[in-house]
Amino acid sequence: MDAVVVVAQVAGAGGAEKFINALSSGLALGAIYAILALGFVIIFKATQVVNFAHGALAAVGAYFTVYFATVLNVPGRFLEFLPYTAQWILSAALAVLATAVVGMIVERITIRPMIGEPLFAVAMITLGLDLIIRTVTNDFMGNQARGLNDPWGADIVEIGLLRVAKTQIVTMIVAVVAMLLLAWFFRSRMGIAMRATAFDQEAAMAQGISVGKVFAVAWAIGAALAAIGGIFSSMAPRASAGLTPFTALIVFRAFPAVIVGGLDSVTGAIVGGLLIGMAEVFAGTYLATVSWLGVGFSGIVPWLFMMLILLVKPYGLFGTEEIRRV
Amino acid sequence: MLEVANLEVVYNDVVLVLRGLSLEVRDGQIVALLGANGAGKTTTLRAITGLLDIHEGDITKGSVTLAGERIDGKDPSDIVRMGIAQVMEGRRVFAEMTVDENLRTGAVTNNDAASVKGAYERVMEMFPVLAKRRKDQAGFLSGGEQQMLAIGRALMAAPKLLILDEPSLGLAPLLVQQIRDIIVDINKQGTSVLLIEQNANMALSIADFGYIMEVGKVVMDGDPQKLLSDEDVQEFYLGLHGEGERKSFREVKHYKRRKRWLS
Ligand SMILES: Nc1ncnc2c1ncn2[C@@H]1O[C@H](COP(=O)(O)OP(=O)(O)OP(=O)(O)O)[C@@H](O)[C@H]1O
Ligand SMILES: [Mg+2]
Repeated sequence: MDAVVVVAQVAGAGGAEKFINALSSGLALGAIYAILALGFVIIFKATQVVNFAHGALAAVGAYFTVYFATVLNVPGRFLEFLPYTAQWILSAALAVLATAVVGMIVERITIRPMIGEPLFAVAMITLGLDLIIRTVTNDFMGNQARGLNDPWGADIVEIGLLRVAKTQIVTMIVAVVAMLLLAWFFRSRMGIAMRATAFDQEAAMAQGISVGKVFAVAWAIGAALAAIGGIFSSMAPRASAGLTPFTALIVFRAFPAVIVGGLDSVTGAIVGGLLIGMAEVFAGTYLATVSWLGVGFSGIVPWLFMMLILLVKPYGLFGTEEIRRV
Repeated sequence: MLEVANLEVVYNDVVLVLRGLSLEVRDGQIVALLGANGAGKTTTLRAITGLLDIHEGDITKGSVTLAGERIDGKDPSDIVRMGIAQVMEGRRVFAEMTVDENLRTGAVTNNDAASVKGAYERVMEMFPVLAKRRKDQAGFLSGGEQQMLAIGRALMAAPKLLILDEPSLGLAPLLVQQIRDIIVDINKQGTSVLLIEQNANMALSIADFGYIMEVGKVVMDGDPQKLLSDEDVQEFYLGLHGEGERKSFREVKHYKRRKRWLS
């Protein structure tokens, strides 16, 4: 929070308007990072797998949206009486669901057989998966950008000094809803089973918890969150052209969020995502004129920010330190 | 109800740990399984409850049957569903979760809401300490309270057979007595019990039948009174030998290991 205050003072030059708008953009971008980070952390916590295919799953989610909303027009073609916005939202929801299924299939085929094998080997498998899934998606998609035809486009809402893209408002709403749903889930029977498994797998099994089911659900949720992140990062104002082969790279900016928050902390993923999003946007807003930093500077800010945090807190802001069990 | 016949268990394809172990728990009984450190007691528990897999262990011979049905080779969750619950060595409560949440994990296999509620109420009645601390994180409970939580968690599955692995471990004598009374109570309410212990005195004082195992085999079994009065048992398990204070090297090493685990 200190950082925000400092920046607010620096902001003098651009005035309150510049600051408020950077703040809302930062929050919106942070919401995307938080969603991506959450999916990553849930898979890691429940299954101990570092999922390098997370970006690929994000791209799959965006691609399904393109395909359902603009090519197949499902489920809209059966629901023509609905307004376009509703039809599009249903297409996106279907895409998220389809990506969750892809996540479960990936887990079943490539991760489940590796239970008990060295974690490094499993991480390498996910790296291979990332390449495979991205290649397949790109084959289907082609190299050109594909618009999602979302109903909000580049529309802007003005509230006083604040000018915010409609897509950004939607992003923030969806992020909040997703987090509330997750909070509810972690108190449900399955959610408690997942937390127990994350804490002590053998003790969870001894209670009769089916670890296979927990793994499948964790991958479904993780992939669904990746898809949501992928969809919002293929929209204006982040990417006005839509989904491209580079969409998957968004997670390379969300990884610092994971690390900043602490690899195994759900709260950390949210806080880390928001911090990284803000850091990136504020750097882009206020340091863009500092020419010696170069134009791509804001892109590396997440990583610089991460390194700074790690110097002070090696396990991230909310991560569990190694000495955790009696 | 539970019958273990001629069981052989191998870890990592090479380490033979159980060498033809047989035992039986009849309906309504408390059966004690005693043995020194490393005898294979926990391995027996794992073999019965389907937890060998994650330890790279395999049953290479023999069988485990529950009420006439083979259960070796079944999933741990199926075995819990069939009526066997366990209290693991070292308690293993989910320290980051609340007491209530820990108890709910014990009921995952139970789809009948009314029966879960009944089990919960019984646990609250049996363990007033837990009732007082429902919303507290399990990690903040004392050792004795954690042991009670571990027992309560197992009872949430409404088991026909409860297996406890060294529940008296690391507890003060007064608490050991309390745990013993609780086990008797659970048994009176209709649950059969297999009690794995190194504290032979405690276990044999409440058991209907006792087994003593050494390096993977049962070496002696019978009526608890008979076992208690046996000279060898007195010497090795009750420390009642002539000079009184005799402790084997093994026991000393064992104690050190425990201490680290419990600290
Ligand atoms: N995962 C494993 N891999 C290889 N050997 C094992 C494994 N687990 C246990 N053992 C060995 O099997 C033997 C029996 O172990 P077990 O834990 O069943 O004994 P125990 O009677 O429960 O002892 P304690 O009183 O110390 O709990 C020991 O020699 C132990 O070293
Ligand atoms: Mg043991």
